[in-house]
Amino acid sequence: MPIIDLSENGLRHLNETLQSQAQGTNQQDWEIINPRGSHAIAVGLDAPIQVTVSGSTGYYCGGMNKQASITVKGSVGPGVAENMMSGMVVVEGDASQYAGATGRGGMLVVRGNAASRCGISMKGIDIVVEGNIGHMSAFMAQRGNLVVLGDAGEALGDSLYEARLYVRGSVKSLGADCIEKEMRPEHLAQLAELLERAGTDADPAMFRRYGSARQLYHFNVDNASAY
Amino acid sequence: MCGIVGLFLKNDTMKPQLGELLSAMLITMTDRGPDSAGIAIYGDETADTIKLTVQSASPDTDFPALEKSLDSLKGNAPTLIIRDTHAVIHANANQGDAIREVLNTAHPNIRLMSYGQSIEIYKEVGLPKKVVERFNLTKASGSHGIGHTRMATESAVTTLGAHPFSTGSDQCLVHNGSLSNHNSLRRQLNREGITTQTENDSEVAAAYLTARMNEGASLGEALTAGIADLDGFFTFVVGTRDGFGVLRDPIACKPAVMAENDDYVAFGSEYRALVGLPGIEQARVWEPEPSQVYFWSH
Repeated sequence: MPIIDLSENGLRHLNETLQSQAQGTNQQDWEIINPRGSHAIAVGLDAPIQVTVSGSTGYYCGGMNKQASITVKGSVGPGVAENMMSGMVVVEGDASQYAGATGRGGMLVVRGNAASRCGISMKGIDIVVEGNIGHMSAFMAQRGNLVVLGDAGEALGDSLYEARLYVRGSVKSLGADCIEKEMRPEHLAQLAELLERAGTDADPAMFRRYGSARQLYHFNVDNASAY
Repeated sequence: MCGIVGLFLKNDTMKPQLGELLSAMLITMTDRGPDSAGIAIYGDETADTIKLTVQSASPDTDFPALEKSLDSLKGNAPTLIIRDTHAVIHANANQGDAIREVLNTAHPNIRLMSYGQSIEIYKEVGLPKKVVERFNLTKASGSHGIGHTRMATESAVTTLGAHPFSTGSDQCLVHNGSLSNHNSLRRQLNREGITTQTENDSEVAAAYLTARMNEGASLGEALTAGIADLDGFFTFVVGTRDGFGVLRDPIACKPAVMAENDDYVAFGSEYRALVGLPGIEQARVWEPEPSQVYFWSH
């Protein structure tokens, strides 16, 4: 397996090498060592390769990912897997703010905690956080699923569209237009599938589901005086 | 942006390394703010002695003149240790007011950066690497220190606009963010007798904490009060003679990472700033929570 030492070869070399991997490449496994909190590690990948980052990273690790499977053996800075299109990003430690922001597809798994604004404006990505998430998570989330095994911070799902939020622990407060919804069999089945795909052991029956009350979709004339 | 670093040593044997470790942390944060940089060092104390750090744009003429003025003070003549544009006056504890009077009346071009038993502040316009070299900060020894590299938003890029800000004895503050109620708060503090030297928002935060501590609050209590009274975005790292505190505003969009082990507590705007610390791989690393006061003391 090729090992790229970021302290020797630099970020541009790393990303150019990984981004130039073709669809059917035989070189499927890569390891990145000495990340030392660097920004923009393994961004813009577009091939079905497996990348292991041995250490903690800074901003935007795995951003815009397509197809690739990226595992970080450490913690990540702000904006991990931002705008991910497909593939998988797994963080074995914690994630800083706005993890998985605006993601359109694929799956982000955080084995530790995620900070504020996790899944902000998510548009189809699936996010599984095994620990807690911070305030304003799933703000304006449009599509996809956010699964949290721990607790959620203040204003969960504020101004939510059609994303589904599953939380096993406590929710400090719900944001505007976010409400608890019934867990029906199709939700339990979906949650079981998400947990399995994430490699996370948890009982779907222990979760509660939250979603949009859909009261903010259209202008309500009774609120005219508020503007 | 702006980059902040802080290091609070629990292990006394590491004191000689403080300047070297803190300087390296600060230089790593250079691309978060290239305008100006500064470091506060809480160094060795001598009984009954105070230190006043002063700065001049014309050190070649101002400092010899200052030395002359200080010679005429009553009691033992204070000593002046000059480092580039800064000088540290070591004096008897009871000479503090007299020296400040001399500075105010006879040396209007010399600015007081800090005073206290332990603190020394060095700050200038320029990149962190340059500032560290000018003041030979890698050789500095001490129990804790705070550094800042600035991307200016609220006031001009000048030496006095650089962080850390010190508004009270052995106190200092660095700030990443911007405050929106600093003008009204500055007026209010001035009425309470707390003076500021600049138009800078961060200096007002420092002055606010000084005012609360003058009223008897601990640093932790002063920071807690700040959550209600300071409006805007902030990550603060604050130093006192024996303490080190961290506070983020409730929105917490300004980044912060902390690490702690048996030897130290460390703060960085990013994890990058911490990777050179000894034993960081085994240290507990976490992101400080919004609106939560973190405080350590010796």
